[in-house]
Amino acid sequence: MASSTKASVPAIPVVLTLAHRELVRFFRQRNRVIGALVQPIMFWGLFSLGLRSNDLGFEFFFPGTIAMILLFTAIFATISIIEDRREGFLQSVLVAPAPRWAMVMGKILGGSAIALLQALMFLALGSVTLGMPGTPLDIVLSIVLMTVIAIALTGLGFFLAWRMESTQGFHAIMSVFLFPMWLLSGSLFPDDPKSWITFISRVNPLTYGVAGLRHYLHFGDASIVKALPSLPVCWVVSLAFAALMIVLSWRIAATRTTGDLL
Amino acid sequence: MPADPAIEIDACTHRYGARTAIDNLSLSIEQREIFIFLGPNGSGKTTLFRVLSTLIPLQAGKISILGNDLSQSPNEIRGKLGVVFQAPSLDKKLTVTENLAHQGKLYGLVGIELRARIEQMLSAVGIADRADDLTETLSGGMRRRVELAKGLLHRPQLLILDEPSTGLDPGARSDLWKYLHQIRESDGVTIVLTTHLLEEADRADRIAIMHNGKLAALDTPAALQASVGGDAITIRTARPAELSEAIRAKFDCDTTVVDGTVRLEQPDGHQWIARLVEAFPAEIETITLGKPTLEDVFIDRTGHRFWKEMTESNGK
Repeated sequence: MASSTKASVPAIPVVLTLAHRELVRFFRQRNRVIGALVQPIMFWGLFSLGLRSNDLGFEFFFPGTIAMILLFTAIFATISIIEDRREGFLQSVLVAPAPRWAMVMGKILGGSAIALLQALMFLALGSVTLGMPGTPLDIVLSIVLMTVIAIALTGLGFFLAWRMESTQGFHAIMSVFLFPMWLLSGSLFPDDPKSWITFISRVNPLTYGVAGLRHYLHFGDASIVKALPSLPVCWVVSLAFAALMIVLSWRIAATRTTGDLL
Repeated sequence: MPADPAIEIDACTHRYGARTAIDNLSLSIEQREIFIFLGPNGSGKTTLFRVLSTLIPLQAGKISILGNDLSQSPNEIRGKLGVVFQAPSLDKKLTVTENLAHQGKLYGLVGIELRARIEQMLSAVGIADRADDLTETLSGGMRRRVELAKGLLHRPQLLILDEPSTGLDPGARSDLWKYLHQIRESDGVTIVLTTHLLEEADRADRIAIMHNGKLAALDTPAALQASVGGDAITIRTARPAELSEAIRAKFDCDTTVVDGTVRLEQPDGHQWIARLVEAFPAEIETITLGKPTLEDVFIDRTGHRFWKEMTESNGK
């Protein structure tokens, strides 16, 4: 009989189709769309108003809120791998001849695209309410940096979620690891060389993403940028973070878990 | 020229920790065959299905599928293999067509070819009118049909299905079997499936009866039934062990005690009934005569009752 299937399947359509699936699923679940945007905007408003006495306002919390949107959207997008496994979708992907790395990249790029879209909506909101946060070039570069951060964070989510059997387990990781990671990224506390928080935040790769965004999106107030890591350092660390997370995700996806056995 | 066997299993063993799920299994399945692995839950057939589907790695032994070694070149095999899982594998938030489109791309189908193939499969399994509905809105039986369309989308040479009849009503089950026979005729597809349903097993060309990870019997349904040796006589009695002994002593024949009944297989069963009732009028409560079924084959080869076995393994 005529079999048109070759041993190796073209990878790019696989990456695109799986990424597309993430987007379609996301927009079909309206509560996810709303939740991912409303919560950060709420936090942005609360922090900005609540900490006004410390001379920190909407402008200060803007880059950190973008980081929060990227973090939570990215993470929620990738923990869907746990649902994929439990609902059985994953098993048919695992027995398909498509390369495993294409499956990983489809998931990561799909999640990153969702995160980036949300961040762009927030960027638009900020530009409308506070004025342009930087020059047009700054804004373009900040979007590229957001993409890199989104990829790094979806990769992190994939890596953490791959071996988990339930989303409940993921909530624990969320509160003891991911949320502190955001708190200690310079999003919430201004950089202060004497503070131990700044010291800890220097080993947090997300710090460099937030610092990079501050360089680009400072609403004309260059003073908050002074003590931050320099832009080249921000780019190198963020790119390395993203590359490392992709590699880790790809490596862990080669392992099998008992959760595959439905 | 004889083609490669569809599946050749040689001394395959699979363990989950200390438990042996497949125990030194060897058998061969020819191309274009419709082949059933029949066994109660826990007999090892689902583990075997997972190994054959490339979902879990082969631990020991050698398996070759359509001429490719399973351990060496799983990707060659994946392209030629259609898999229908027992657990649902559809994305409920996507439409039927979207599910199939993703599946097609995972198997290298794109563009016009993919669209044409999706249409063709949807009408083949009779759900073309639901193509744009979310799969979560479909009934269980319809979802199974989408699963089948999904498994066949890339024209596999070998289709493996794990418990495909589970959850189907008798009409849908009959449709499924008609369709499986039809694609075997039209496309020459080899079909291998697992089931715990005795009543559907005789629709296969050959049956492998699995018990405790081992092959208990392997033959055509007719040959298996003939192998039991005539008619099956079942006697219900208060003291089966004693009656069994007594029958053996008096008639010098084989008897077995299964689940509180005495069983014997003999040609000309009707004459045996007269003999037995005359010899033990007080002991026999009821006595029944039947043509041997696959359950009799299972009991004959394993010394266990099929459904009892199932309850026990479920309880574990």
